[in-house]
Amino acid sequence: MTTENMSNAETDVSSHGDTVLEVDALNVTFPSEDGSLPAVREVSYRLRRGEALGIVGESGSGKSVTSMAIMGLLPKNTRIDGSVRLMGEEILGLPDKAISKVRGKKIAMIFQDPLTSLNPVYTIGFQISEAVLAHNDVGRKRAWERSRELLEIVGIPSPGQRLRQYPHELSGGMRQRVVIAIAMANNPDVIIADEPTTALDVTVQAQVLDALQSARKETGAALVLITHDLGVVAGQVERVAVMYGGRIVESGPVEEVFYRPQMPYALGLLGSLPRLDEERAERLAPIGGTPPSLMNLPRGCAFAPRCPMARDVCHTEEPVLLRTLDNGDRVPPRPEDAAAHVAACHFSDELGAGIRPEALFREAGKGSGEETERSEQGAAGDPEVLLRAEDLVKNFPIRSKGLLKRKVGDVQAVSGISLELRERETLALVGESGCGKSTTARLLLNLIRSTSGRVSYMGKPLQGLSDKQMRPLRRDLQIVFQDPFASLDPRMTVADIIAEPMLIHRTRNGDAKKRVKELLELVGLNPEHGSRYPHEFSGGQRQRIGVARALSLNPKVLVLDEPVSALDVSIQAGVINLLEDLQEELGLSYLFVSHDLSVVKHIADRVAVMYLGKIVETATTDQLFEAPAHPYTQALISAIPLPDPVKERTRERIVVTGDVPSPADPPSGCRFRTRCPKFAQDLSKTEREKCVQEVPGLLERGSGHRDACHYSEVVELL
Amino acid sequence: MSNGTPTTAPGRTAQRSAADRTQLQTIVRRFVRHRPAMISLFVLIVIAAFAFIGPFFWMWDHRVSSEILSNQPPDSTHPLGTSSAGHDVLGQLMRGAQQTLKVALTVSLCATAFGSLWGATAGYYGGRTDAMMMRIVDVFLIVPPLVAVAALAGNTKGGTTWSTIAIIIALFSWAQIARVVRGVVLSLREQEFIEAAKASGASAPWIILRHLLPNAAGPIIVAATLLVAIAILMEAGLSFLQFGIQLPDISLGQLIGEARTAVSTRPWTFYPPGVLLVLICLTINFIGDGLRDALDPKQTMVRR
Amino acid sequence: MLVYTMRRLVGAIPVLVLASILTFVMVDISGDPLLELRTATPPPPEAVIEQEAERLYLDRSMPERYWLWVTGIGGEGNIGLLQGEFGPSTQGQQYEIGPEIAERLWTTLRLVGIAMLLALGLAIIAGAVSAMRQYSKLDYTLTFVGFLCLAMPTFWLAGIVQASGVEINQLIGENLFKTIGDGRYGAEGAPPWDQFVNAFAHMALPTLVLMLTSFASWSRYQRTSMLEVLNSDYVRLARAKGLRDKVVIRRHALRTALIPLTTVFALGVAGIIDGTILTETVFQWRGLGDFFITAVENNDSYALMGWLLLSGFMVILANLIADLLYGVLDPRIRYE
Repeated sequence: MTTENMSNAETDVSSHGDTVLEVDALNVTFPSEDGSLPAVREVSYRLRRGEALGIVGESGSGKSVTSMAIMGLLPKNTRIDGSVRLMGEEILGLPDKAISKVRGKKIAMIFQDPLTSLNPVYTIGFQISEAVLAHNDVGRKRAWERSRELLEIVGIPSPGQRLRQYPHELSGGMRQRVVIAIAMANNPDVIIADEPTTALDVTVQAQVLDALQSARKETGAALVLITHDLGVVAGQVERVAVMYGGRIVESGPVEEVFYRPQMPYALGLLGSLPRLDEERAERLAPIGGTPPSLMNLPRGCAFAPRCPMARDVCHTEEPVLLRTLDNGDRVPPRPEDAAAHVAACHFSDELGAGIRPEALFREAGKGSGEETERSEQGAAGDPEVLLRAEDLVKNFPIRSKGLLKRKVGDVQAVSGISLELRERETLALVGESGCGKSTTARLLLNLIRSTSGRVSYMGKPLQGLSDKQMRPLRRDLQIVFQDPFASLDPRMTVADIIAEPMLIHRTRNGDAKKRVKELLELVGLNPEHGSRYPHEFSGGQRQRIGVARALSLNPKVLVLDEPVSALDVSIQAGVINLLEDLQEELGLSYLFVSHDLSVVKHIADRVAVMYLGKIVETATTDQLFEAPAHPYTQALISAIPLPDPVKERTRERIVVTGDVPSPADPPSGCRFRTRCPKFAQDLSKTEREKCVQEVPGLLERGSGHRDACHYSEVVELL
Repeated sequence: MSNGTPTTAPGRTAQRSAADRTQLQTIVRRFVRHRPAMISLFVLIVIAAFAFIGPFFWMWDHRVSSEILSNQPPDSTHPLGTSSAGHDVLGQLMRGAQQTLKVALTVSLCATAFGSLWGATAGYYGGRTDAMMMRIVDVFLIVPPLVAVAALAGNTKGGTTWSTIAIIIALFSWAQIARVVRGVVLSLREQEFIEAAKASGASAPWIILRHLLPNAAGPIIVAATLLVAIAILMEAGLSFLQFGIQLPDISLGQLIGEARTAVSTRPWTFYPPGVLLVLICLTINFIGDGLRDALDPKQTMVRR
Repeated sequence: MLVYTMRRLVGAIPVLVLASILTFVMVDISGDPLLELRTATPPPPEAVIEQEAERLYLDRSMPERYWLWVTGIGGEGNIGLLQGEFGPSTQGQQYEIGPEIAERLWTTLRLVGIAMLLALGLAIIAGAVSAMRQYSKLDYTLTFVGFLCLAMPTFWLAGIVQASGVEINQLIGENLFKTIGDGRYGAEGAPPWDQFVNAFAHMALPTLVLMLTSFASWSRYQRTSMLEVLNSDYVRLARAKGLRDKVVIRRHALRTALIPLTTVFALGVAGIIDGTILTETVFQWRGLGDFFITAVENNDSYALMGWLLLSGFMVILANLIADLLYGVLDPRIRYE
């Protein structure tokens, strides 16, 4: 990876380089029906030529709004004040004509969702040329040529052909690279990337981040990288600013902030993150409470209500960004030390080096040290198998594009999955989007019908059961969904939502109310809040309600379909802890479907990795992470950015190229071969032949560790 | 963890800050803030009172009376003048508005009830059921409603009371509602809370009645409101063509039809029923608009 | 694109068939073509009624008659849609439905077509302007005008417009607007310019009425769709590229916002046909509106069915055009 060399070189330049972007006391206020919302408050930062600055924060922290304000892209009724100077020139509040000369030319932007940021009715070539032509009167032909060059720089294969295609014909990763190409079209001085990889899979994320680095190298632009992902920040930028409640609460060189945070929030964020690079800690240390509402920000420090260190002064006086000198004095930073480590906390000095987040963020009521050992009671004999799937196949028909829409083939969403879920066990199903993991989960619950294969619950076959026959079994098999905003009926009260399964199954007619209260308490919510509606709760709380609903019938098996991936980091940890506690307390078995290997490493006992409808590797969690055997697993693990600047920049990478092929037309032989680094680099021609011809079986490597690769080889990555 | 664009960020927090309010209160508050809708509601209530309560206090009804001089311009005894046949125009107006409103409300109620169920069922089951049910809807949508209704009502001579007219209009109005509801249900059924209900073992009628229809209530109410206006216009057109409510009973459309040759000679018979009709439809449209703003979260700043 | 077109065409057939059944059944059960004969005074002899019933094929059962009406097999050669015959009329032997419709079709289509295009243009402009100036005075004004037009009964508006036409004529002392008739008679053989002026004089006011009552719902739709597009990421990206506002709006917003409009455009056509009948009645045109009313009044079942089928066909045609337009506007469909 080139990041390391590059960032060093640039730090060098930047130390005597000039300032390209200067944001000074920026305030953004949105009018709303409930009064005004201060989304951004007193944000100031400087960006030097070629520098990369990361802005991290959770949703609603104001990090995206800040950059929209800089670009002048906010709705007209927004109130913006402060100053934004680009190469010394004020650009805030410029009229359309003047600002459009700046945008794209001097400052460019990349948006979060590549699926919506290109206009569906124009070709890629048209949209890139348009950016070129907006600032250079070079003629259509020359602009088209330039577009081709740009696509090549961001690593899109056969660019000439791509130019004539429409956005919907390209994958998400490709589209994001097109957006990057548009951003670099006029060699801007600053590129603002707003969560450029959040909507993408990890292996694709790595490719897009590479493209972003190429764009920087090519143009020499400074970068503002906005993200919630501490791992991405650690690897990509030199300096980082942490935002909370619309303000920057800490900023400084990335190593400083990661290793010696001076604000409890930054420390807490790091502590609430499940780590791929560390031994499984007993418990995560979540930050209590929820991010503040901008509508009624707390007086004093916005973080105070969630801060374990908060004292009286924190609730009355808002701290300002201060720099700690070597002698321990704290002073306001001077303009020239823009790169210094500053923090907005009254008690920064108490956060000495080496303080562990779990020491500070201890959950109320739960002891942290003497937690019971994680349920590694495997020694007590093999527990009973609850759910068993054999050779599960699910085909979705492809209709012809001809007149009659005949069925011409199948998309094999799931092709031949076998797995077992034992009592009190957590089995994780891991893979990127489209690999069939969610479909598998629904097949196991008989929510959709399998094409072939068998599923049995405690020996009873499930396939072929009618809805009515299935109903009694549903009590034992429940599911928690990904999106806490979509999984609760917005028109029902929380109590009704939780009681619904009991109503359907006509159990506990009398004491349903009591049971609802019990359940609410069990998942850590106020039992008196049953009469409220879902929208009155935050994402994390809603997910707890979803868990309570799933538990209302006393199930034995819970399928958790990406239960934490829609949640903010600081909230995620609390839900993970809750799930672990519930398993302990109620003796549940979990099927944990996720794309996030860090979370999986933390919570699962066993892991099955899926690629294009097949399981490519399965092992206990320790085996899998210590000694991954399949090239895909290795690539997946190595693509996950570590929230540790030094480790992240120095680690060895196994890079996967290209996108996941369409499941309608999977490659012959080994399905991974088209993207496999081993296939591409290490194998001889005859060896490759085998990958093309033969479908690798899922073979035992010993002690339950199985993988499906002809040439598998254990690699240590962490 | 998806971080909001600026439109979602403040929106979600606004929602959170509204924590202590119930949904109904929020909706009412939003509606009350929609000034044109509130004014319209007030005007509509006044008109309804005029139509339903008015006749109890006004000496003349819609029938010909020997005491009434014909063709009189407005004066103190007949504030809106009299017709050529010797009706009191004000009395006619009250009765006409009353019949028109009765027809429109019945149409909206019947068509909405049937159309919602039809659309929700089609949308929930999807696939072939949906295709077949929606073909039928298409058939009702491609036949110009006024024409079809006129053909039906005009052909069934003699027995056209307000309720017959209402049922015939409803027969050709439910399809629009079904189409709207199906569209909403198609997106609703992909939501995870529907899957959650299925995972708890809920049956199809349970899901349709308990989850889909309540969640489609916003668009349904808006469509039903607008349908009232559409039904009024349809009834008026029908009566104008003399295929609607038959004499001696009257409606607003029929009053306009009767007076259409008298625009310049007896304007007092032509303009009042028309203005009243326009006023009713206009207020209903504004109320529908206000309801949409209040009920449909997509129209506000909140995305979800 | 060709396949897409074909699929749309094929898909329209069952709808048309179902529509024909619906109209047939509906007209058949609701009215009695012999009513006038039966209630005439003095009552005509039974034989006359029977003969008339036979002439109108009323001696057969309803399914038989439907089959006959569609195919003409077993009829007298005056019935059968597939043979181009619409069936016998109650308005006498000489009254032939097919030629009668054909003769009036042009008059009506001219009015519908022009009014529809004008309404569409007005709707797109008004909707786009409203969206761009959301919550401005202009937006409120356009919204109010739109709602007012939506609330106007077509015939009442037509009456007012007609009366004002007369007023204007009196005011300028010249017959600028012809407020009665469709102007097709007595114009034959005149020089083209005169024919044009004559046609314009007759058509201006009815077209205006029809346009005003039709544009509003489309315009509201265009406004919503435009607002959605203006808030989209790709419009934001287009701004971020450094394009001027007006370029962004013309090239990215307006163009894309047109796509959803095509889907509602066809639904409005049924409403326009309704409006046409009312407008033609007020302005006393001898078009399809007049034909329809006469048919209803005479319990002329076959004429009615023919009419309904024709209008259904026109709406389906409009639907098809809309679908194709959608395909042209949206590349995601084009390459399907």
